[in-house]
Formats: sequence, structure tokens, C-alpha cells
Amino acid sequence: MKFILDDMDRRILRQWQADPTLTPSELAERCGITVAKVNRRQLRLQEAGVIKGIEAVIDWAALGFAVEVSLRVTLDKTIPRAFDDFIEAARGVSEVIEIQTFLGRVDVRLSLVARDMPHYQHIYRSSILTLPHIADIEALMMVAQIKSNESLPL
Amino acid sequence: MIELDDFDHALLRQLQRDASQSAGALGREIGMSQPATWRRIRRLQDAGVIKGRRLRLDAEALGFGVTVFLGVKLATKGRVSLEDFERAVSAIPEVQRVEHVLGMYDYRLRVVARDLPDFERVLRRRIMTLPGAGEVEANVLLSEERLAGPIG
Repeated sequence: MKFILDDMDRRILRQWQADPTLTPSELAERCGITVAKVNRRQLRLQEAGVIKGIEAVIDWAALGFAVEVSLRVTLDKTIPRAFDDFIEAARGVSEVIEIQTFLGRVDVRLSLVARDMPHYQHIYRSSILTLPHIADIEALMMVAQIKSNESLPL
Repeated sequence: MIELDDFDHALLRQLQRDASQSAGALGREIGMSQPATWRRIRRLQDAGVIKGRRLRLDAEALGFGVTVFLGVKLATKGRVSLEDFERAVSAIPEVQRVEHVLGMYDYRLRVVARDLPDFERVLRRRIMTLPGAGEVEANVLLSEERLAGPIG
């Protein structure tokens, strides 16, 4: 189900990725084609499922959540439903903003935001350590986001 | 600090899901008029709560089948400039995210590649050759989900 992009698709996606707030007419100008062509290609990419949408990125610090911690979790894999149980329970912790599963030394990673260190300590003790089937947890404290655009190198 | 009410929370949840909706459509979702919704979006943007918008692409459909998270330790702390490392690593197109962290690693990178041989090429030619790069741990991403977080 790979989608083959031509040069113009690539040019549009590159510009659009760099600034998702661009209107079709601004995109058309930057790509040197007509608005109708931009619309047609956007529609085609959307219909093919290549474009999944545009999402707003929230700055948690601006909302008073100054602490962000990455929790690297190893699960007790002798339990058959360890992954499912753990993830289902983690979804219920409102301060968790991201859940990822991995192949490697880490099984699951949770991104967690908290107002400050006492708040983090509270969440960690009352909501994280109580999640099922944890064998080990390591924490990485976020100091700074240096790059976060998540663009694809098209 | 900006004070948010339930309408703001509902609005943020909608925008996280789909930021391409018009103020009118968003207003209908949260039960508010189009002008009031528009004013609230402006306020959230001006306060920096919405720091930007991201185009979500299907990486796999575009031929990027592998996403790897790397934990990187700096080899010679104190002697390498963090700025030099950060500038060099941010310039690599395959590196989508760079986070300076505190813990068993110094940096956390999100790297996208076409397949595992392509990832190996990026790792060997671009990451391992970075100024100050030391021990590296790789974990291949299998699945990910983003949650609304503590708003509402």
C-alpha cells in the first residue's frame, strides 16, 4: 500500500509540512502551480490516506505543566496479557500524553506531564507504580526540546 | 498563567484531534457561537498554549517503514559543546525529534528511515559521527498513540 509521490506531490508536502497553516493559494504560490492543482493533489493525497490530518500541538508548560518525564517501562512478559493490561490501565492516567511500544530493551514508554516535582512524585506513586505487570521503570527528565517538527525527509 | 474553563478544554481536545476544522464547526462541537469560538482560539494561540500545528502524514504509506528511538550518551562531557552537538543532530533530515534529557542518556532522538538497512546507514554515517556522540541505545517503535492529556 505504498503511495508513489511525484516531484510536485513532494514539493507540496514539503512546503505544507514546514507550515501546516498555509492556505491552498499560499501553497500554490510557493510551489509555482495553480490553486486548482494544489486542491486536486491535496484531495488525492487525502483520499489515499497519505494525509491523515492536521493536529494542534499543545505547549504543556504554557498550561502550567512544567515537568515532562519519559518513563521507560519493562514489563513482566511471563504474563500473557502484560502489554494489553498495562496499556489499557495507562490510558486511564490523565497526565499520560503518549504511549509507545518498542522492540528492544524497552517495552513501553510513557510520556507524562506534571505541574511540578511534588505533583510528579504524587502521580508516580499513586498512578504509575500501581500499573499492572511492571518489571522495571527508568525515568528520563525532559530538559529541553531541541527539535520537534516530526517532518518526514521527503 | 492563562485560566482555562471547560469550553477551552473541549476546544483544545478538538484541535488536538483535527485542527483543520473551521471556527464554526468547532463551535458546533463545543456548543458555542462561531465568533466566540474564534476569539477563544486566538486567545489560546496568543497565550502560547497552542504552539503550532502539525501535518500528520502516513509515514509507512510514504515509504518510511521504520521509526527508531535512540538514547545517546555524550562521550566526553564538558569537552564537547552541547550547542555543536544539537546543531549537528538537528540538521539530519531523518532525525525528527531531539530532546535534551536528564537520566541515563543525555539526548533522546526520534529517527525515521525507509527500512532497517537505511536506518543502519543513518546511524553509522550520520549519528555515530556526530561530535561527542558516545554510547547509543536503539529501540524500534512498534506502535504509538497520543492521548489528550490532562485537559478535561
